[in-house]
Amino acid sequence: MINMRPTKNPMPTQDPHKRAHNFKEVALGYDENTAIDEAKRCLNCKNPSCVKGCPVNINIPSFIAEVAKGEFEKAYQIIDKSSSLPAICGRVCPQEKQCEGQCIKLKVPVMENGKKVGNMEPVAIGRLERFVADYHREHASDVDRDITKKNHKVAIIGSGPSGLSCASDLAKMGYDCTIFEALHVAGGVLMYGIPEFRLPKDIVQYEINGLKKLGVHIVTDMVIGQVLSIDELMEKEGFEACFIGTGAGLPRFMNIPGENAKGVYSANEFLTRTNLMKAYKDDSKTPIEHAKNVAVVGGGNVAMDALRCALRLGAEHVYCVYRRSEEELPARKEEVEHAKEEGIIFHFLNNPVEIIEDKEGNMKTNPNYGCVKGLKCIKMELGEPDDSGRRRPVPIPGSEFVLDVDCVIMALGTSPNPLIKNTTKGIETNKHGCLIVNEETNETTKPHVFAGGDAVTGAATVILAMGAGKKAAKYIDEYLSSK
Amino acid sequence: MYKIVSKECLNPTVTRMNIEAPLIAKKAKAGQFIILRVTDDGERIPLTVAGTDPEKGTVEIIFQVVGATTLELNHKNEGEYISTFVGPLGKPTEIEGYKKVCVIGGGAGCAIALPVAKALHNIGAKVTSIVGFRNKDLVILEDDFKACSDEYVPMSDDGTYGTKGLVTDALEKLIDSGEQFDCVFCIGPLIMMKFVCQLTAKYNLKTICSMNPIMIDGTGMCGCCRVLVDGQMKFACVDGPDFDGHKIDFDSAMMRNTMYREFERKKYDEECNLFKKESTL
Repeated sequence: MINMRPTKNPMPTQDPHKRAHNFKEVALGYDENTAIDEAKRCLNCKNPSCVKGCPVNINIPSFIAEVAKGEFEKAYQIIDKSSSLPAICGRVCPQEKQCEGQCIKLKVPVMENGKKVGNMEPVAIGRLERFVADYHREHASDVDRDITKKNHKVAIIGSGPSGLSCASDLAKMGYDCTIFEALHVAGGVLMYGIPEFRLPKDIVQYEINGLKKLGVHIVTDMVIGQVLSIDELMEKEGFEACFIGTGAGLPRFMNIPGENAKGVYSANEFLTRTNLMKAYKDDSKTPIEHAKNVAVVGGGNVAMDALRCALRLGAEHVYCVYRRSEEELPARKEEVEHAKEEGIIFHFLNNPVEIIEDKEGNMKTNPNYGCVKGLKCIKMELGEPDDSGRRRPVPIPGSEFVLDVDCVIMALGTSPNPLIKNTTKGIETNKHGCLIVNEETNETTKPHVFAGGDAVTGAATVILAMGAGKKAAKYIDEYLSSK
Repeated sequence: MYKIVSKECLNPTVTRMNIEAPLIAKKAKAGQFIILRVTDDGERIPLTVAGTDPEKGTVEIIFQVVGATTLELNHKNEGEYISTFVGPLGKPTEIEGYKKVCVIGGGAGCAIALPVAKALHNIGAKVTSIVGFRNKDLVILEDDFKACSDEYVPMSDDGTYGTKGLVTDALEKLIDSGEQFDCVFCIGPLIMMKFVCQLTAKYNLKTICSMNPIMIDGTGMCGCCRVLVDGQMKFACVDGPDFDGHKIDFDSAMMRNTMYREFERKKYDEECNLFKKESTL
């Protein structure tokens, strides 16, 4: 029986007032009955557009059909064919722009007294994916795989979403994969960037352990380009193909006065200190500023993460300063809603022009010398559409005001890390520093070296990076099988 | 895990260690650094590579005990292990083409200046080394410096070692006596580097300084190690750590280095107390 209720089953969450002070996961997940009920909302379309909306093309209607029957492990087996990290994607994918954004339900009118009052909500595909992955992790033993080992070594550089998905697919095909990670733990942005309350680190490590069980070697503390070059990997270490998934690491700043003041962070630094180095724990050996009033500049998912971390570290007022309007906010809707519930204050159509530093006296006489004491912003209005198709924000002359803050976090996006480019002959990048790849195969300008994820696209999402890793895996296999 | 192959105290607060890290030993060049964590829950700190032995596969580090992490590291002994040792990071010091140079080291900065002096000596440059210490009890690496220097000019604040005075005094004297250097390499406390640069700017004498700001990842990801060079924001970990000293904004660098002073002091005291407790058990 199809459930014709127009709305999604709501996601149970931690109370906003409580969760604003802890780092435990915000969304608690569906229980079995809710999952079955939600799954029954799926119309099981013959020509499902949700699958086309998924960057890794999970067979969404069939896994949902298994959930509806209560066959959760079977549902997992279906997802596992396409996605290597479902517990992660179920939590961090922008479903409203992907699978759920294509759901046919969005076109089904909701009638009240014979009048159309709106359209239905999509099936909660993301929540179901998360439920299935969590169910598998808690109940099932390892998936039995029949893998015939192939005698080919592939090097994967970077252990973020693109590297993990590339390694996972190649390992399932039987290749001997080694992942090189620059930091001391594998996971990339899943570990250092996305906070515990949105993506518990145990889940990331569970997925990485799954890769190890598939036979993938993971070597940490290895900055490829510095300690070994790609040429050395391929000429001396016996790797026949290489995948670069080094992400878009380099943080951007605004180049406004005061950015070197004490209390100004890139979101990367703030999140790395908080998440990777666990600065939120009392016994952490890594310091972080516990500011009272914090401004985060930017409106993407990283900005939402930084805002909500600052709040949890004890800030009294946390402001999101975004130069466009709410409509243009690039962050996932759910994160924005959660941030609002927790008490984050949004300043839309505001752009920082200067970070005001305490310059009273000197370093000896004033302990706060050089610290942030305010953020000067100018109000903006929306003008004509720009290259991105969004209306360009234009400053309103004379509208400057000072936001009373003692910490400013810049979440303005990142550029690809130049380490590989600078140390590898034959690798070309575009003017933004992104690696140039053949769009069909994801091969770079250097033969047998492939790339994907943010290193190619610039800052994007976990799932797009995974899709790219998957695609590269397919063409690496094609190349190595033809050898 | 990375093994401590040897440990030697150079003065009461400065220690030399050789760490087993064969890949880094093969690659590291003068001016580059590594990042280490002592324990699995430790912070990541950058330390400049003081030397390498590619055959033995070891990397030499020299550090001064200044905070909780260096104190913890100093309590590790030969044969024990540390959790993280990653590198080589940053760009090597550019040494090509120099014929006559002055290498200036201040205090524990001498540990970083030494490999630069050695590298320049090895390519046949004439090296004058000026080293400065507060007093003679703090002197380190005297023999090492002498071995790679054509001239060795020791200075101390109190006159108990070499000549009483600052490294800038010695440098100015050399320049005024007609010494012509192609370049000055200066490594030490920020305040010392600032004054050396002020002096050499007067003589229009090229000066390279090695910056050692607060860092986390060391690969350009966090942006924490930013320094202002010629008004531009640079990341010491990937754009440096060496920069044209005449273009560095030392005041802003000094200010940024104090960002976590209070936290660091607290953690250092906690660490001290921990070791005191252990030693009374």
